[in-house]
Amino acid sequence: MRAPRSWLKEFAAIPTSLSSDEIAQAFIRVGFEVEEIIETGVDLTGPLVIGDVVSIEEITEFKKPIRFVGLDCGEGKIRFVICGAFNFKVGDLVVVALPGAVLPGGFEIAQRETYGKISDGMICSSRELALSDEHAGIMVIAPGQAHIGDDAIVLLEINDTIFDIAVNPDRGYALSIRGLAREIAGVLGLSYTDPVEALRSCEFEERGIGVKPVLETGASVLYLTTLGNYNPQSPTPLWIIRRLEKMGMRSISLAVDITNYVMLELGQPMHAFDRSEISGDIRIGRLKTGESFITLDSQERNVSPDDVVVMDDKRTLAIAGIMGGAGSEINELTTELVIEAARFDPMAIAKSSRRHKLSTEASRRFERSVDASLAQFASARCAQLLIEFAGAVHIQTRSSGKPVYAPIVQLDPQYISRVLGIDVPEQKICEILTMLGCDVDADFNVDPPSWRWDLTQPADFVEEVARMLGYDSIPSHLPPRPLHASLTAAQKRRRAIALSLAAQGLSEVQTFPFTNDALIASMGYVAERASTYRLANPMSEDNPVLRTHLLPGLAQVAQRNIGRGAKDIAIFEIASIFRNSQDLGPAISPELGAKPSDNIIADIFASVPVQHLHCAGLLGGKIERESWRGKARSFDHNDAIAHVERILELSNLSYSLKRSDFAPWHPGRCVEFIIDGRPVAHAGELHPRVVEQFSLPLRSVAFVINLDALPQTPMVRAQSVAVMPPATQDVSLIVDTSVLAGDIEAALREGAGELLESITLFDRYAAIGEGKVSLAFTLTFRAPDRTLTGDEVSAMREAATAVAVNKYGAEVRTA
Amino acid sequence: MREDEIASWVSDAHAAFAAAADLDTLKIARLTHSGDKSPIALASRGLGALPADEKMQYGKLIGDAKASIASSLADATSVLEAERDMKVLLEEILDVTLASNRSHRGGLHPISIMKNEISDFFIEQGYSVQEGPEMESGWLNFDALNIPPDHPARTMQDTFFLEPIESGIVLRTQTSPVQIRTMLTSSPPIYIISPGRTFRADGLDATHSPVFHQVEGLVVDRGITMAHLKGTLDNFAQAMFGPDVTTRLRPSFFPFTEPSAEVDIYFNNRWIEWGGCGMVNPKVLQTCGIDTEIFSGFAFGMGIERTLMVRHGITDMHDIVEGDLRFTRQFGVGL
Repeated sequence: MRAPRSWLKEFAAIPTSLSSDEIAQAFIRVGFEVEEIIETGVDLTGPLVIGDVVSIEEITEFKKPIRFVGLDCGEGKIRFVICGAFNFKVGDLVVVALPGAVLPGGFEIAQRETYGKISDGMICSSRELALSDEHAGIMVIAPGQAHIGDDAIVLLEINDTIFDIAVNPDRGYALSIRGLAREIAGVLGLSYTDPVEALRSCEFEERGIGVKPVLETGASVLYLTTLGNYNPQSPTPLWIIRRLEKMGMRSISLAVDITNYVMLELGQPMHAFDRSEISGDIRIGRLKTGESFITLDSQERNVSPDDVVVMDDKRTLAIAGIMGGAGSEINELTTELVIEAARFDPMAIAKSSRRHKLSTEASRRFERSVDASLAQFASARCAQLLIEFAGAVHIQTRSSGKPVYAPIVQLDPQYISRVLGIDVPEQKICEILTMLGCDVDADFNVDPPSWRWDLTQPADFVEEVARMLGYDSIPSHLPPRPLHASLTAAQKRRRAIALSLAAQGLSEVQTFPFTNDALIASMGYVAERASTYRLANPMSEDNPVLRTHLLPGLAQVAQRNIGRGAKDIAIFEIASIFRNSQDLGPAISPELGAKPSDNIIADIFASVPVQHLHCAGLLGGKIERESWRGKARSFDHNDAIAHVERILELSNLSYSLKRSDFAPWHPGRCVEFIIDGRPVAHAGELHPRVVEQFSLPLRSVAFVINLDALPQTPMVRAQSVAVMPPATQDVSLIVDTSVLAGDIEAALREGAGELLESITLFDRYAAIGEGKVSLAFTLTFRAPDRTLTGDEVSAMREAATAVAVNKYGAEVRTA
Repeated sequence: MREDEIASWVSDAHAAFAAAADLDTLKIARLTHSGDKSPIALASRGLGALPADEKMQYGKLIGDAKASIASSLADATSVLEAERDMKVLLEEILDVTLASNRSHRGGLHPISIMKNEISDFFIEQGYSVQEGPEMESGWLNFDALNIPPDHPARTMQDTFFLEPIESGIVLRTQTSPVQIRTMLTSSPPIYIISPGRTFRADGLDATHSPVFHQVEGLVVDRGITMAHLKGTLDNFAQAMFGPDVTTRLRPSFFPFTEPSAEVDIYFNNRWIEWGGCGMVNPKVLQTCGIDTEIFSGFAFGMGIERTLMVRHGITDMHDIVEGDLRFTRQFGVGL
């Protein structure tokens, strides 16, 4: 919403001593963000005068036709200028920049020779003076609105300050000069004149029967003002054109300009119909069936029974509060007018505006609530201006419905001080609320003004008092703090994992959770990892579903980095994944204002699918940076597995391993980590197809841990450290290559008994052929209370090997 | 055995040790003057045969002599070892400035760093860190926050909806549903922050991303005032932007707070919009079953990307979301 200082001044007594910046700061203080302060005319210097066209010589011998124009600028002589526009005739009043003038953009006007003539100034278009974007021709001032020789800078009120203000959605009343002037007067303590006051006593003589308003639904009040004798040729007064221009609007015709002007001045959107196009009554209601309707912007729209519409006895005239139809608008033959002013239901207008994706000056105001009683006064203002400037006569004003006001609120003045943390005297509260238009009685029953539908509960009045006092008058204190808080165990673990990965050379990345079915399929995901949720309105159809796994996103980041020159990749991400674990049922929406039952709360929580937090890493290329010590080895599947092992060890969790054929990993090089019988992580080499798909370094590896599947670390019950000497025994076993070392280790552990302290695979020899491999382990035994004898230790070693031999057909290798 | 004899053993040993030019010569001297066959060792072994009074007298003399010889041997040894070290170790000199750490340079994403920093600040103030799901119930994300069904924020232009739309499930547009979840399941005093990922159906450009992060704070307790909100924000701003930062509250509008305000900071010589805040709307507290006669509260919310961009002079959102390691690595782990 724009607000020219010159217009605000009409209602709020802003002293000239106040700078634009001070005014802007005052707006900001009460909650109106000033997005721009536009000082108009600062880059324009005169002389700029009104001239009368006395002669036109058409020059045609050049490539483009041109005019040599004689002008009377009140200088007692005729001034001749070259002009390229043709939208004027002898006798028209035009705006002339005389030599010495500087137009916006640093364009200096001087006497010059052109087209074989001496041009002694310039006839200006609106755009050349930065008044509007209009450049179809030069400005022609309607007769009687200016005099020859007038200073055009003064006449056109070129020097002004325009505040461009962002109005919050709860303050519909401030989408008017009336509303903004009240705010600025309130905050600066200036006197304020409500333009509506003068209209309360405005009465018009009735000269006939006007169109009858019928209010069915969708509005509380409808006023129809019928006027006759309208002269469609009447020009719009220059000052109205100029004010519309400053507000960013274009002059269209007098009747339309006046309805727009009144909307900007008072905040009431209105619509002017050609009465000859109206059949019978004008009614507001809903259609029984949908129909096609062409709006003023020449768009065909499907109007449905969901829309509130304005109709006559035969057809639809307008989508209520949004836009009129092409069939009933004012035209150059209109002589009788019907001005519609209604107070539409904000919710209904908001819905229609969204349904038709059509936001207009009118709909923006209606959906933010228009002053409940304004229709009557705005109608009067409109009639007043049409009578004055179009020679119209009032026929009849008829209305239907009654204004509905916001209810009276009982306010505890102490409550205001309690919320703000400062003492606000009752007198001050009363003063502020009264200034804002409220009626406050001795018991603090507050009746909000007709334009403040947003003031419905005590807290709303707290904000009003606070902003008028200034938020800066509230002191700064810390609240009483609780005794203790800390991160949860899961949060601490997550942080430790991230820091440990970072310390080991991995960089954390964050990817978008959007993906697509083709990508999911190409990774080889099946079952729960192939089933996800679909967005109803994705950013693009390329990625319409949510991710089920973090690896595709990491692969894309890796690909991007490689594309930008990176050779090696070591990245990780900790984020949520979304698997379709349940169908999304109908929304559960309990009533507001009281706590829903525990069952309903539980149902709402259960309606949201589980979203597990994963930690995934992707490693590819060389394990070390290039250095003077020569080439490093490449990452291999062990590195991915080791990351998971370290994370589980850091978390003090014990786990078992299993080979797993699990996409997107290499079917023979992936390990599954199992805790309490449940898989919690996978790690290993990526499938070569996936490596190729993302152009990753050959044999890139990856790991994924479901952090939500990791049990909480148990409280440690510490054991004392044994001080007796350990005894070690080496065991060398020959097994089929298909047997996993992890299984042999588990068998040895099982057979070795309680005194086994640790077991280490220290050699793996695969070159013995015949599908066999040799595995050599060191078993370390220790008893808490004695030194073990050679016989005891041998017996334990024998017991351990026996299990491996029985279970896996291992053969004890002898030296 | 004579006293002067013992003294001469000692002086001979001192002289021999002092004369030793290297550790090998010293070893020979050691064997000669304090080895098993040295005169002093033999004399020591012969003590047992002496009568008691002489045993006492010579025992002491020989003990002192052995200590003196040992001490001079230790002195000579340390001198000669130091000489050897100087000579030998100097030959082992290496260029220790050659790069030692060959592992890749890792680090946390700056958003994580900032989240951690904010969490630590508020934990120290007694707040706990609450989290919630990113796919969220529309009732928790909108209705319970007093955002009515026809609010512009609930349109398809602003919010990601999941299919089927009737489910009302959305990608949360703010972390405020975490506040609602907390209030529905616990009683005041409530002091929480909720950092996390949020979503808006906005295109990616230099300053916007469809996926971004917010941190919100919520306090509900007895006697909470707007002054407490202001104090908390002042403190928070200083923790984020340094002691010289100034804050300003501007009246604004949010359905879930009343009064509402924008919080601006004066940083690097200009006012910058930082976040939104206000006193929790009594309607929201009532829906969560909190007695507004006894309790009041405040809430605030900031964009973590925005905080990061302002503080670190980041001008393009693409750098934050693309995962280019050259960008991320600048931040280390933020400590």
